[in-house]
Amino acid sequence: MFYREAGQFKKSYKEDQAILPILQDKIGVVVILLIAFVAIPILASDYWLTAILIPFLVFSLAALGLNLLTGYAGQLSLGTAAFMAVGAFAAYNFELRLPYMPALVSFVLAGLTTAIVGIAFGIPSLRIRGFYLAVATLAAQFFIPWLLVKVGWFTNYSSSGVITTQPIEILGFVFDSPAKRYFLVLSIVAFLALVAKNLVRSNLGRAWMAVRDMDVAAEVIGIKIMRTKLIAFGVSSFYCGVAGALYAYAYLGSVEPDGFNLDLSFRILFMIIIGGIGSIMGSFLGAAFITLLPIFLDIVINEGAEILNLKLAAGVTSIMQLLVFGGLIIFFLIVEPLGLARLWQIAKEKLRLWPFPH
Amino acid sequence: MSFFLEVLIGGLLAGIMYSLVALGFVLIYKASGVFNFAQGAMVFFAALTFVGAQEKLGFPIWAALIFSLILMIILGVLTEKVVLRPLVNQPPISLFMVTIGLTFFVEGLAQLMWGTKVYPLELGIPDEPIAITLTRWGLNTDAVPNVLKEINSFDLIAAIVAGTLVAALAIFFQITRVGRALRAVADDHQAALSVGIPLKTIWAIVWSVAGFVALVAGLMWGARNGVQFALVFVALKALPVLILGGFDSVPGAIVGGLIIGALEKLAEVYIGPYFGGGIEIWFAYVAALLFLLVRPEGLFGEKQIDRV
Repeated sequence: MFYREAGQFKKSYKEDQAILPILQDKIGVVVILLIAFVAIPILASDYWLTAILIPFLVFSLAALGLNLLTGYAGQLSLGTAAFMAVGAFAAYNFELRLPYMPALVSFVLAGLTTAIVGIAFGIPSLRIRGFYLAVATLAAQFFIPWLLVKVGWFTNYSSSGVITTQPIEILGFVFDSPAKRYFLVLSIVAFLALVAKNLVRSNLGRAWMAVRDMDVAAEVIGIKIMRTKLIAFGVSSFYCGVAGALYAYAYLGSVEPDGFNLDLSFRILFMIIIGGIGSIMGSFLGAAFITLLPIFLDIVINEGAEILNLKLAAGVTSIMQLLVFGGLIIFFLIVEPLGLARLWQIAKEKLRLWPFPH
Repeated sequence: MSFFLEVLIGGLLAGIMYSLVALGFVLIYKASGVFNFAQGAMVFFAALTFVGAQEKLGFPIWAALIFSLILMIILGVLTEKVVLRPLVNQPPISLFMVTIGLTFFVEGLAQLMWGTKVYPLELGIPDEPIAITLTRWGLNTDAVPNVLKEINSFDLIAAIVAGTLVAALAIFFQITRVGRALRAVADDHQAALSVGIPLKTIWAIVWSVAGFVALVAGLMWGARNGVQFALVFVALKALPVLILGGFDSVPGAIVGGLIIGALEKLAEVYIGPYFGGGIEIWFAYVAALLFLLVRPEGLFGEKQIDRV
């Protein structure tokens, strides 16, 4: 009823290939972008921007990167946080050594650096697969933070390993308020999401999916496995690297290598599992879900304890987080392996028919 | 030279401790093709239950042991029934990811039941060089070569426990009826089903056995390092062992453990100083990774043949 494509004819190949083929989708996306770009910077409080919206966008980008690798190219990685660390520290060093460079250029260079590191750690994927590869990516997860701590040059010889990021400056314009930083992050994320969407519809994206579904078969039909897998690692790491740079610059302001631990990698993996493996929108939905859930749980547990007049033991919230995260992952993988993105699709189907049953 | 030997023996014995954890992974992987990332959490759960039952419920040691064993079996069977049964025939990567979720859940559950305190775990095993233990027992240590005197009694007993466990498992697999059924299932699910082996029962048994192995590992590691949350990271130590030895081989887990343990200690002593120390967190991974580049299925793993 509300979401019906009847009467919208595609009269050219261009229209047929459009990202948003239906009018309703176009309206929806325009509304979302208007809200994100105009309404939120005006209306949202600084708390919302710094504690929820910016991390949400940063994590979306990291999840998007992981999703390209795991969801589209089928290579499971447990080293996302390490690649984010590379991005964060690379951006820091580019800004430090070349102070006049616009922040945006540093972010791109940080992404490229991460891509190179990612390709290096992706080389084993040519020989090994599945869990073996997942375990191998753990090598990156342990090696990179260690290296960043050990080699003082990376942290500019800060004794604690903590770096404090420089102000984000592009051609003299300083992004000094949460709203400005939000705006910058949003622009980068929106642009990269569009690139990702087009990438997975391209020749390369189809090659990724072929490799994911069965790499031997893909090889037989003439896809170059090595190139495809390494590009997947490179592109995914680029996204993670930029996300890491934004994580340091726009979200936290000061980071240390040990902050990019296995827990963070798992958190990003959970985002794509819950959001939807192999779905661009799923990355965003999952990131929103995982960012909001701890805050929501915190409120529910504390309010609940207050109402019931219970005194909470220390650490109950973190225990509940473990339980709820674990339970949700199990639940989603069993009940809806394609995640929230699939639920949204089902909802669209329903909206199309509503109020009729068929 | 004797210093080298000392380091080597220390490493080998430490490696046995890794094997102990790796065994649990192998058992489940062999029988059901699931790479159970939650094994580390199960080790933690087992150790915490054991000490928790003594501290909070006032159980004597033997009762705590039986109690935690029963709980581990229940946990294993429930996991199989609730979490993995609905996912039969899903791609292995989904199964792997679901066990990551399970890891979080089991960690949370263990702490919910027994609290977040760090408990000491006392098994009455001396943690000192073996020469001292022997002297205390009134034995003459002159006959023992110097290299062996420095061995930690605890490590030695852990090695004996691991050896016994492996022997017991081997006997269980080779001789008993259930063991034969287990091997049949590991070989080929469908063929096993067609000759009338009850797959569901077998899986329940495997998970129970894995729970038992987790309990043994939990006790040894808990006695070593105290029962605390960091115990879950023991699993991360076992992973390089697994990829080196091959996921589906019990001897692989043992040999892999020995190699990784020895390499790690040797690297720490001989290579570590050049890097400023702390290399043990990644060295095992990198070593296993380099090995995988040469032999992608690990030392003893089954070679995979792909067909389109």
